[in-house]
Amino acid sequence: MRYLLLHSQPVAALVDDPGSPPSTWLEETEDVRRGGARLRPATDATAATVRVRGGETLVTHGPFAELAEEIAGYDLIEVPDLDRAIEVAAAHPTLHRGAIEIRPVVG
Amino acid sequence: MMPPADDALRTAFTDEWGRVVAAVIARTGDWALAEECAQDAFAVAAERWAVDGVPERPGAWLTTVARRRAIDRLRRSGVEGRALAALSADRTDDREPDEIPDDRLRLVFACCHPALPMDARVALTLRTLCGLEVAEIARAFGVSEGAMAKRLVRARQRIAHTGIPFRIPTGSALDTRVDGVLTVLYLLFTEGYTPSAGPDATRSDLSGEAIRLAALLTVQLPTHPDARALLALLLLHDARRPARTDGTGALVPLAAQDRTRWDRVRIERGSAELRTAVRQGAAGRYALQAQIALLHDEARDAGATDWPRIAALYERLVLVDPSPQAVLARAVAVAAAHGPDAGLAVLDEVRAHPQLAGDHYLPATEAELLRTAGRLGAAADAYRRALGLVRTAPERAHLEQRLAGLDAG
Repeated sequence: MRYLLLHSQPVAALVDDPGSPPSTWLEETEDVRRGGARLRPATDATAATVRVRGGETLVTHGPFAELAEEIAGYDLIEVPDLDRAIEVAAAHPTLHRGAIEIRPVVG
Repeated sequence: MMPPADDALRTAFTDEWGRVVAAVIARTGDWALAEECAQDAFAVAAERWAVDGVPERPGAWLTTVARRRAIDRLRRSGVEGRALAALSADRTDDREPDEIPDDRLRLVFACCHPALPMDARVALTLRTLCGLEVAEIARAFGVSEGAMAKRLVRARQRIAHTGIPFRIPTGSALDTRVDGVLTVLYLLFTEGYTPSAGPDATRSDLSGEAIRLAALLTVQLPTHPDARALLALLLLHDARRPARTDGTGALVPLAAQDRTRWDRVRIERGSAELRTAVRQGAAGRYALQAQIALLHDEARDAGATDWPRIAALYERLVLVDPSPQAVLARAVAVAAAHGPDAGLAVLDEVRAHPQLAGDHYLPATEAELLRTAGRLGAAADAYRRALGLVRTAPERAHLEQRLAGLDAG
């Protein structure tokens, strides 16, 4: 099964310390990862949100929801089951101050 | 399915339902199918055993029938591939009973997976492991049968969609996952800690199911101290059940219970399990609660209760389990050991706790202590506040009686 790991980090923490690449984790999970990347912090106003309402395209700066946490990155993994996905996610070094949402990919 | 009239069938149901369901899930990964096939197997048994007699190995017989049904249903629905091959190829049921793998432990961990919401874990455990009817489970939790059926369907979908595996957790995850299972069993037990009404409600004895499952856990995980400590706790607590209500169904407080009605066999068994658990290193909240329960169970009468030791155990308990419920219990013990004012001081620590806000337990406890302290006006206020929050009839009756008792002087 494929799962998307959405790395959520507190906004304030990202501004102070974007963090270095988790090289150990990347090495250890190389065989289960199918893709992934860090994202530029949304608070740098590098995020743009698009909606279409009433036929009109609306673009706003910033993330779609102003929250205390934002998506800092993602990883797509392929593992046999949820417990294995949890193991992979739990080993990520940023988890002491953030969270990882695990979403099964359809199909 | 109608409740089986025949004793052997009833025993087989209690002993084998979970095992049969687990066996079919293990081979097909299909929870709904497993239940249907188990139901089919018991229906066939109800017909055939009356005529052919009870088989020597009921579990093996039932599992074989369930497997065959699973193969039939999968073929009819056109499912090819591994599931079918796995079912047909498995010769397990030809082996001796001891060699048939017991997949119930895998089922327990799957039902209690943290990715399932708590109410789903409880419902799934009762349905797939214990074989309770959906209507029974719904009744036990005060929801409609339709709502409970939906809850179960959603839970099974969730298992399939999120990929919750059917296996025993390994490595560092095992302890946390066992703790999760124990939480579900503890919840089951406390939900069921009221007597069932009527002869046909014996299968709704949630406390009994919780004890059965806790016992299963200690058999499957014999060196796990917390599982054994929980079993001890449940046995020691359940031993008092015969004295907990009077003939009218009204609640009898611990101090007033007729201790000759306590189940001494359960107390003995619970005491033995606790000894073993402690020897194995159990020192957490279940072990502490079990030790407290044992001190109550061993007291000849209420006056002989070793309250100072119980209060000391609660001191340790609130360190590992800082739930407001534990603090309430501690307040009662401290009051019994050192006087009501000491107990009220403990209550002050949790007065504003949000977790206690919606329940009657805090004002009820407070009322008891105030009553004991002779502050009857304040006690009456507290009883009234408790009555405004209480949710079950027996507890309401008990509080009303207490309040009336104040007025009578």
